[in-house]
Amino acid sequence: MWEKIQQFASGFFVTGDPLIYGADVSIVLTMIAVVSALTYFKKWTWLWKEWLTTVDHKRIGIMYVIASLLMLFRGGVDALLMRTQLAVPNNDFLSPSHYNAIFTTHGVIMILFMAMPLMFGLFNLVVPLQIGARDVAYPFLNSLSFWLFFWGAMLFNMSFVIGGSPDAGWLSYPPLSEVSHSPGVGQDFYIWGIQISGIGSLMTGINFVVTILKMRAPGMKMMKMPIFTWSVLSSSLTILLAFPILTVTLALLFIDRYLGAHFFTLTAGGNPMMYINLIWMWGHPEVYIVVLPAFGVFSEVVATFSRKRLFGYASTVFALMSISVFSFFTWAHHFFTMGSGADVNIFFAISTMLIAIPTGVKVFNWLFTMYRGRISFQGPMLWMMGFIPCFVVGGMTGLLLSVAPADFQFHNSYFLIAHFHQVLIGGVAFGYFSGLYYWWPKVFGFKLNEKIGKWAFWLWNIGFYVCFMPQYALGLMGMTRRVNTYSWDTGWWGLNLVSTIGGFLMGIGFLFQVWQILHSVKFMERASGDPWGGRTLEWSIPSPAPVYNFASLPTVDEKDPWWEEKERRERGEPAWTLPPLEPIHMPKNSGIPIIMAFCFFLTGFGFVFHWLWIAIPGLVGVAGCMLAHSFNYNTDYYIPVDEIKRTEAAARGAV
Amino acid sequence: MNLIRGIRRLAAVSSLIGMTMLLSGCMDKFVVLDPKGVVGRQQLDLMIISLLLCLVVIVPVLILTFVIAWRYRNKTENKAAYKPQWEHSTKLEVVWWGIPIVIILILAVVTAQYTYKLEPSKPLQSEAKPIVIQVTSLDWKWLFQYPGQGIATVNYVKFPANVPVQFELTSDAPMNSFWIPQLGGQIYTMSGMAMKLNLMADEPGTYRGSGANFSGKDFAKMHFNADATSQADFDKWVEQVKSKSPPLTQDGYDRLAAPGVMEKADYSSIPNGLFDRIVNKYSGGHSMGGMDMSVHPNPAPGSMQGMNMSVHPNPAPSSMPAGMDMSQNHH
Repeated sequence: MWEKIQQFASGFFVTGDPLIYGADVSIVLTMIAVVSALTYFKKWTWLWKEWLTTVDHKRIGIMYVIASLLMLFRGGVDALLMRTQLAVPNNDFLSPSHYNAIFTTHGVIMILFMAMPLMFGLFNLVVPLQIGARDVAYPFLNSLSFWLFFWGAMLFNMSFVIGGSPDAGWLSYPPLSEVSHSPGVGQDFYIWGIQISGIGSLMTGINFVVTILKMRAPGMKMMKMPIFTWSVLSSSLTILLAFPILTVTLALLFIDRYLGAHFFTLTAGGNPMMYINLIWMWGHPEVYIVVLPAFGVFSEVVATFSRKRLFGYASTVFALMSISVFSFFTWAHHFFTMGSGADVNIFFAISTMLIAIPTGVKVFNWLFTMYRGRISFQGPMLWMMGFIPCFVVGGMTGLLLSVAPADFQFHNSYFLIAHFHQVLIGGVAFGYFSGLYYWWPKVFGFKLNEKIGKWAFWLWNIGFYVCFMPQYALGLMGMTRRVNTYSWDTGWWGLNLVSTIGGFLMGIGFLFQVWQILHSVKFMERASGDPWGGRTLEWSIPSPAPVYNFASLPTVDEKDPWWEEKERRERGEPAWTLPPLEPIHMPKNSGIPIIMAFCFFLTGFGFVFHWLWIAIPGLVGVAGCMLAHSFNYNTDYYIPVDEIKRTEAAARGAV
Repeated sequence: MNLIRGIRRLAAVSSLIGMTMLLSGCMDKFVVLDPKGVVGRQQLDLMIISLLLCLVVIVPVLILTFVIAWRYRNKTENKAAYKPQWEHSTKLEVVWWGIPIVIILILAVVTAQYTYKLEPSKPLQSEAKPIVIQVTSLDWKWLFQYPGQGIATVNYVKFPANVPVQFELTSDAPMNSFWIPQLGGQIYTMSGMAMKLNLMADEPGTYRGSGANFSGKDFAKMHFNADATSQADFDKWVEQVKSKSPPLTQDGYDRLAAPGVMEKADYSSIPNGLFDRIVNKYSGGHSMGGMDMSVHPNPAPGSMQGMNMSVHPNPAPSSMPAGMDMSQNHH
């Protein structure tokens, strides 16, 4: 009996690596610490009532941000482990299989469990406030989306200590990811972790399309919307069209693995190339899904910190929307070397180049927003200034990659790695950081320390160039991606070492950001409702926003309504007439989303291990939650006028 | 402030990169920039053309960024114009829709021309009669067969310089990519099909080649040397292999195809039709709807695994990674 348990445990838990035992211990210790702290301070009820069951977009946004920063930590540790392994030739710090697992989880986590949730966090924190809405269109669904992401991410991350991590690359190309070559459970964790959070992403896309189309303040026409809201709309529409492809593709891979079908297998007519096409039909738009909102953030930040209107609003809107359309016609540029022939390659090369046009236009619009402005380089604007040169150069190398015959030499090399990190860090990460710094006072009601923030910014920025510029060179030296080591005679050592140093500089930059947050929490410096001289509606209400956001809404028929109103007030002719207060209709909290998402988690876990005795109860639980919610009519309440008055007085008094 | 910092940063970074380039020695390690073959050379030309086209826009934009950021910084003594309402200028916007459109148009035309010119399956122009080399990517090694010479090598390849080489490429393992940077760009090796890649070396030399597409555990070990020699040396080498090396049998191939790593090897003969068998092993189902095995002229033992429809298809020995214990393979 004992032997049987031992045998099971040695397969169930990942064993044999001191790094992983270390992680096991720290995970267990952290969990014990969290549970005892919650118990000691009697915070369990608070946690459940105020956070886990909340449907308030602001709190869901905060939970997204916290979760994504934790994932940034894990993805970052993965990155530093890889850089450590590559710092010197013939290194055996990580075994080949361990290295393969780490670059796989690094990619998946950074894109799907870091960038996506941080983006959804910003959507949630900002969009309803920017358009003058009380919440998103479907608050219950919003909470469900978050918990699906959360449990999907947990399922994926669990593979690190239970069962074994996936190790076939972040897009998991078959036949390598099929049972024939990856018989372990890692690939199943990959499939289910992404599927579950993917459903959440799709629902968030739906939620924000509807929110933006239907819930804008009176008078706010589409062409008067804040530009960040436009970018969220373009990103969400892209999600609607792209994520179903991902779901279907991974479902087919699951059927292959679980039921022995042959969609993508080597044998019996399976076609792995089909998978590669399908996954990039999602994968390429996905890149634009995450970068479009970053463009939106920068457009807000550049106008605010230049104290000037955004230049070329209409052409920026057109650029955003055209990118989301074009993004669906470029997928094959990820495999020009598949031998599709000259005609196909030319089509996809040119469709890729076309995207450079609207992207370039946006850069000019940002520059001319600064032109004849008054630019102050506070936190958010610093990231904007780091972004422009970085993204321009990254965009240029992207254009070089799109030249199909030249790509035959760049493809799968470190040149490619350097390119996409430059646009994803320089574009997406810098963009989200900028947004986070920009809206932080609005969300939490206090400012972040500028001085520590500057340190973080310069460490990130310098670290980035030190890390990735050498990688372009390494690509030209013939270094291919995903090699776990190299020999002395390649001549790759020097640049790899420099690159590793840069990676650690960015890691230190991240630590500075953590310190900045902790420091600012300790020496809390209260922020007013409008700490930056903002332009859009969210800055017209107190920080942090009251639960109902707006006590009452003015008619908004200008592009920068709050800025214009402030100008008018300065001239002594305020124009806003706020309608009288009325009881506010609000959604009620619900415990169903977290339970339902947990049931999805159980289902996934059951299928990973082929344990139907867990998977089936999990599915029953999902159905039960749907049923329970369908018959729940007690979903809303009204905030009485008295309470609104009290809240408003307290909030205004505090400022 | 910002500008000075920016300059300082750029200087620091570029000197750092410059230093390491010197330290790591020798520009000749930049294999992509040092082509020794007609294909690689044209690809480098194209890289330079497209880089220059991009720089035409990029450099002014970078300069403009720093100038604007400096000139319009928020300082009380700043005398530069401030126009907070200025938000549109048709003239300017036409200009910066126009510039990228023109650049992209030029780049698109150049790209299209070069794409036809450098289509990898197109034979190269040469007086010399081409040599055919059949390449198979395996877990985790490269097999090169010379149908004309009747020999085979593993993990190294030799051919005469100034003679076009017609590579035919397939895979008996997860997809890989065949890349000899100094001769020219890469192409995927995929099971069930024979890809074509035409390359030619200008001068004798040893060029590093590698698998460029991740294919599992020991993928990093899939590099090889491509030796371009004189015709005489090549002929001598062929004779030597023919007289001294062991033959490659079907059994021998099956052992090669099993996952694992190995050193260089060469073989004095190859089983009849081996390359076609490897290709056909997986290609049958594509045209025949999956289950019709009649198109296989001579099904290799491994191909029957496709018939196994159980929940866990029992992989043939050739595709089973060593050691099924997931605790060893999957973390």
